[in-house]
Amino acid sequence: MSAMTYDKAMEQFDPVFGIEVHVELNTKTKMFCGCANEFGAEPNTQVCPVCLGLPGSMPVVNDKAVESAIRLGLSLGCSIRESSRFARKNYFYPDLAKDYQISQYDEPTCFEGSLDVVLDDGEVFTIGIERAHMEEDAGKNTHVGGTGGIQGASHSLVDYNRGGVPLVEIVTHPITGAGARTAEVARAYVATIRDIVKALGISDGRMEQGSVRADVNLSLRPKAVAGEDQNAVPFGKRSETKNVNSLRAIERAIHFEATRQADLLLAGEPVVQETRHWHEDTGSTTSGRSKEQAEDYRYFPEPDLLPVEPSREWVEELRGTIPEHPAKMRARLKEEWAFSDTDMRDAVNADALDLIAASVAAGAKPQAARKWWMGELARTANDRGVTLRDLPVTPQDVAQLQGLVDEGKINDKLARQALEGVLAGEGSPAEVVESRGLAVVSDDSALEAAVDEALAAQPDVLAKIQDGKVQAAGAIVGAVMKATRGQADAGRVREIILQRAGVEG
Amino acid sequence: MTDWTRASAAHMVAALKSGEVTSVELTQAHLDRIAAVDGAVHAFLHVDAEGALATARDVDAARAAGEELPELAGVPIAVKDILVTQGMPTTAGSKILEGWEPQYDATVTRKLREARMPILGKTNMDEFAMGSSTEHSGYGPTHNPWDLDRIPGGSGGGSAASLAAFEAPLAIGSDTGGSIRQPASVTATVGVKPTYGGVSRYGAIALASSLDQLGPCARTVEDAALLHEVMGGHDPMDATSLDEPVPSCVDAARQGREGDLSGVRIGVIKELSGEGYQAGVERRFHEGLDKLKALGAEVVEVSCPSFQYALAAYYLILPSEASSNLAKFDSVRFGMRVEKGTVERTMAATRAEGFGDEVKRRIILGTYALSAGYYDAYYGSAQKVRTLIQRDFAAAFEQCDVLVSPTTPTTPFKLGERLDDPLAMYLNDVATIPANLAGIPGMSLPSGLADEDGLPAGFQILAPAHEDARMYRIGAALEKELAKDWGGPLAAQAPELEVSK
Repeated sequence: MSAMTYDKAMEQFDPVFGIEVHVELNTKTKMFCGCANEFGAEPNTQVCPVCLGLPGSMPVVNDKAVESAIRLGLSLGCSIRESSRFARKNYFYPDLAKDYQISQYDEPTCFEGSLDVVLDDGEVFTIGIERAHMEEDAGKNTHVGGTGGIQGASHSLVDYNRGGVPLVEIVTHPITGAGARTAEVARAYVATIRDIVKALGISDGRMEQGSVRADVNLSLRPKAVAGEDQNAVPFGKRSETKNVNSLRAIERAIHFEATRQADLLLAGEPVVQETRHWHEDTGSTTSGRSKEQAEDYRYFPEPDLLPVEPSREWVEELRGTIPEHPAKMRARLKEEWAFSDTDMRDAVNADALDLIAASVAAGAKPQAARKWWMGELARTANDRGVTLRDLPVTPQDVAQLQGLVDEGKINDKLARQALEGVLAGEGSPAEVVESRGLAVVSDDSALEAAVDEALAAQPDVLAKIQDGKVQAAGAIVGAVMKATRGQADAGRVREIILQRAGVEG
Repeated sequence: MTDWTRASAAHMVAALKSGEVTSVELTQAHLDRIAAVDGAVHAFLHVDAEGALATARDVDAARAAGEELPELAGVPIAVKDILVTQGMPTTAGSKILEGWEPQYDATVTRKLREARMPILGKTNMDEFAMGSSTEHSGYGPTHNPWDLDRIPGGSGGGSAASLAAFEAPLAIGSDTGGSIRQPASVTATVGVKPTYGGVSRYGAIALASSLDQLGPCARTVEDAALLHEVMGGHDPMDATSLDEPVPSCVDAARQGREGDLSGVRIGVIKELSGEGYQAGVERRFHEGLDKLKALGAEVVEVSCPSFQYALAAYYLILPSEASSNLAKFDSVRFGMRVEKGTVERTMAATRAEGFGDEVKRRIILGTYALSAGYYDAYYGSAQKVRTLIQRDFAAAFEQCDVLVSPTTPTTPFKLGERLDDPLAMYLNDVATIPANLAGIPGMSLPSGLADEDGLPAGFQILAPAHEDARMYRIGAALEKELAKDWGGPLAAQAPELEVSK
């Protein structure tokens, strides 16, 4: 086993990396036909002659996908080509129904942009974007028998439901200058893309379902010696690690590849330019096919489709729909909401930012919204093993719940019970409060009677209070709360006790 | 008793309307004719007697009930096997699709069904429309009804022969470099390649997507016009389909028959004559020009210098697109499968066995032309030639309304004569290919029989894009004048076929 580590590799080499991110668009229909674009249906139920590539069938471009691609391109600061073409990428594979993929080649719709990504410590790193182009996804192969891989399988099954699903592929320029922060920058870049596509509403951004997938290219070159410009040092041979499909895996894959390549280079062995497979379980990569034997895809313009020619007016109209950059939005919200660094980071990591924002928009105070989403609701989601947005509670519910607390209709304890009811599907917070009879007892005469009863039961307390030990009132408050099954307003109860004792609070 | 197989589609329409004949009678007459002569002609790969008669019965019942029916309702039709037909085998002339029954209808198939035309069956063709003789069909050649030892043209030889043998009054063809017009020329029938995008390609098995166009085949210009209007029109399933009204072909044909062509300027393409053109073919062509002049047209000579590169450009673009279009025949989802253990070996073995030589030749050519490092020199240069040819046409159409030439340099050659000489075979399409490269419409109609062999020659009319109607007007005018000399349609002069009992 080598003693090489990522940190040591970074001390001796300068990493250069690039990332290709595939974003599955959430259009209602597929890229070139009218089939439903939905995840999780029975195999081969969302197919038609077009996406099955039956003889005679022809593609038609989904305008909504073009719109999504342009909006994404604009969000990445790209120029939008006045006329761009689809091209055929020819290769044989059973999951590719036509044995060519319709993609874009020399004329991508979106090209030359840049994206700022913000690291955890606030450092901003600018990533150059080469292009963002449209293409269709392939079907999905399942290898039966053996270890589940293609080698040793007795046969393979193909599900074409995913075939023809619209994708946008975002390709970066080679990224230099990140040094030891390469893994962090890569992760932040993919996270930013994910945040952008969610903010645009063009993809659900779910990496665990493959809605956002990354291929990571990495090479190492010697560190510049004193007086030498690092940018003058030629790039090393790169590997391309395919299908790295979580933020954590991006960091791990870069750690692994940097370490592996550093080992090879120090041993005087060449790094082979190749694609590599990522193994989530072991956190390692293994060799795929070598790029030297790479296929010749014989690209040529897709003759079944006309060029994509968005009018300038339309592009400008779409530019007006581009949401704020996620990092800028975060900085602004942090300021507006007066969140601490920790509050903000936790909310981001829990993917709760837009839920909190929506709750605030519905009238909740930011801290209160954060408290509910990051507290009670985060615990419930965790217990149920789902994400926050899978819970049957809306930002409007949270705002309403907090409103009921602020109005004094319920207290925190009752609010938790109300939320429990909402999560159980009993209706909105107001409906649960009504149906479960959770309202705070605010009728003074009822409270006074309960206070008197409690004082009578604990006659020594009154004297203690009158002696100045005001905290002794707590025992009476507790008794009253118990007697009213938590529905009393504790503050008001305390006031009544002090009144009875003839002490001002 | 009328032999309805000899009637024009327009005559059938009138007779159906007047009640003189029923669709079942028409359909049965053609089915009987197919049974009698197709053993010798082999125009059909599949005959759907039951389906055709069922449609005919429905139409007759609807007519009896007083329903309003489409113009061609009840007129039977033959369909080139390149068009997918749900529930009816579709092979594109290839063994690799033997037994495949499409799960869907092509747009044109659907239009024929909506027009309530009984579909007699599917016609023979060169495999995937690659050829000029039907000799490259995976199912054996079609024979020219004018001389059974000769080619009926290709790739649509089956459709043309079915018309010349009176097995069908109308047929569907597809034209990538002349596959409608050249068979029409050598069988003394009429064939039209519409403007690119004028007829939906959805459901037509693609050969070269940027060149392919479906079109009507008939025995008269007016019949072709009737069918053209049924086939044409915008289709949201074909992104290259033109979003504009179907040209008024029938009106134009009827106007042409009135015989006045004064003010019409006709350009003779200088490059499409001379060396390689049979004397008898040229003689009939020039007689045709004289007829047009007599009707008042002005005839001028025009030059299209880039046409000399058309064949070379065509044989780069077509194989390139075809190599990609034919990749889907991989044994995974439909058609032939030759099991060989692994998916790669199965794909390779299936394609080795399922494709014929000409298809393999063009796939190899196209794969090479698109390869990295060769793309610019081959595919890229061919696209530039295409632009030059479009410019030649644009310049020529500034001087005249339509352009004309012989459709093919020769009358039909003998089966087997050019099978081992692909270049000689390819030269047969030298006059038809430029229209495909430019996307403009073209028509072939009979110009007569060549003196030296008594075999049919064709007259080609080309019009600017979207101006399909012009060809119908001029074609119908010429057809009427020629028929005066012939004492009726030329097709009627075809030798009687021996009828099998």
